[in-house]
Order: sequence, then C-alpha cells, then structure tokens
Amino acid sequence: MRISVQQEDFDLGAEVKAIARGNAKIGAVASFIGLVRDVNDGAKVGAMTLEHYPGMTEKALERILAEARGRWEILDCTIIHRYGELKPTDQIVLVVVASGHRGDAFAACEFLMDYLKTKAPFWKKEQTPQGGRWVPSRDSDDEAAERWN
Amino acid sequence: MKLKVLYFAGIREKVGTGAEELELPAGVATVQGVRSHLRERGGAWAEALAEGKLLRMAVNQEMVRGATSVKAGDEVAFFPPVTGG
Repeated sequence: MRISVQQEDFDLGAEVKAIARGNAKIGAVASFIGLVRDVNDGAKVGAMTLEHYPGMTEKALERILAEARGRWEILDCTIIHRYGELKPTDQIVLVVVASGHRGDAFAACEFLMDYLKTKAPFWKKEQTPQGGRWVPSRDSDDEAAERWN
Repeated sequence: MKLKVLYFAGIREKVGTGAEELELPAGVATVQGVRSHLRERGGAWAEALAEGKLLRMAVNQEMVRGATSVKAGDEVAFFPPVTGG
C-alpha cells in the first residue's frame, strides 16, 4: 500500500507494474486519474494551485484507505495526489486498486475517489482571466460520498 | 492555555496568516469557542470565521465538530470545505 502527496508528476504504467509485480493473487487492477481541465463553471482556467494540509492530508488518506480495506478485498493500492502549480491537462490524482476480482477493484477505486474528494484536506485555486478564485465545494461530491453509507 | 492555530486556502488568504500561536482566555474550551474568540478580532477575522460561514475545523489533524474540546498544545485548524481530487 502506498500513499504519496507530492509535487512531481506520476506514471500510471509504472505504478500499475509496481503493484502487479510478484503477486499472483492479483486478478484485477482498476485505476482512476483526475486531470486539470481548461474550463470550469464557464470560466477559462489557465492554471491551478493545489494547497493541502501537510500531515493531516496523509492521515486522512490512510484513514480512507483503511475504510476501503474494511469493505473490499484490496491486495494492494496506490494513492498519489499532487499539490502546487498545475496546468490544464496535468495529472492531479491517481488511485490504483488491485484485487482478486474486478468487482472489488472497481468499487474500491470509486469509493476511494468519492471519499478523497470530501475528506482529504486539499483546496484548488483556479487562475482565470477574471483573476484567482477558490473552487467552491460541490453538493454533488457530498452526495457521491454519502451513497456509500 | 496555548494552542497552535492553522488557516488554509481562502480563510488563510482572508486573515492574512497561515499559522499562529494563540493564548486562549480562561473559559474558552471548545473549537467553536476558539472560533468565536478569533471573531472578536473583528474585520477580516469576523468575516472569515462568521457564524453562518460553511467551514471545516480540525483538532490535531482530525476533522471535528464545533463542540469538540481543546486542550493546551493542541493544533487547531480552520479551512473551507475541501476541493481536491
């Protein structure tokens, strides 16, 4: 299991290989990547700054992963979330879940993203032609997280 | 008693600082109490931590409700609802 909060970019292929290597019990690997878009709520986004709460972020991600492991068979998992300055098309977040079968891998991957979006202390600030603005939280994200209760 | 207080994102920008050591007056014993105490500074503080404002609070890096008690040496944080992922 690996959790990393970092400025550097990541490579999906390398992360999947690192997970699947040497564990013949893994029959399924599901992954999700979140990217920076160049438009949000009708405004053009030229760049984005991701702020986080060092220390709490890692703890929150560990807790979310522990919660997922209590619900599904997770043989291995990698969560990487970037912070700092990002541009449209840049990768923001990666979740990779390895399991015996696809059902658990798909469900746990979606759960981890839904929980991460509402419980991990990250904040996005977008640069638009009108200036900088903090991205408001979305009710739809809360609803997505609540459906797992 | 003394606390470490942290501010993030829009709240950090509004109050103009990311961290401070805070000496609490006697009688302030909860996170909600810390929030009210800071509001008394007025101006940007009153605005950023206003009662109706949707914000999240953490004690020692765990999200908590306002009624949670605080003790000397705790790390208390105020921040907007999170928007990562």
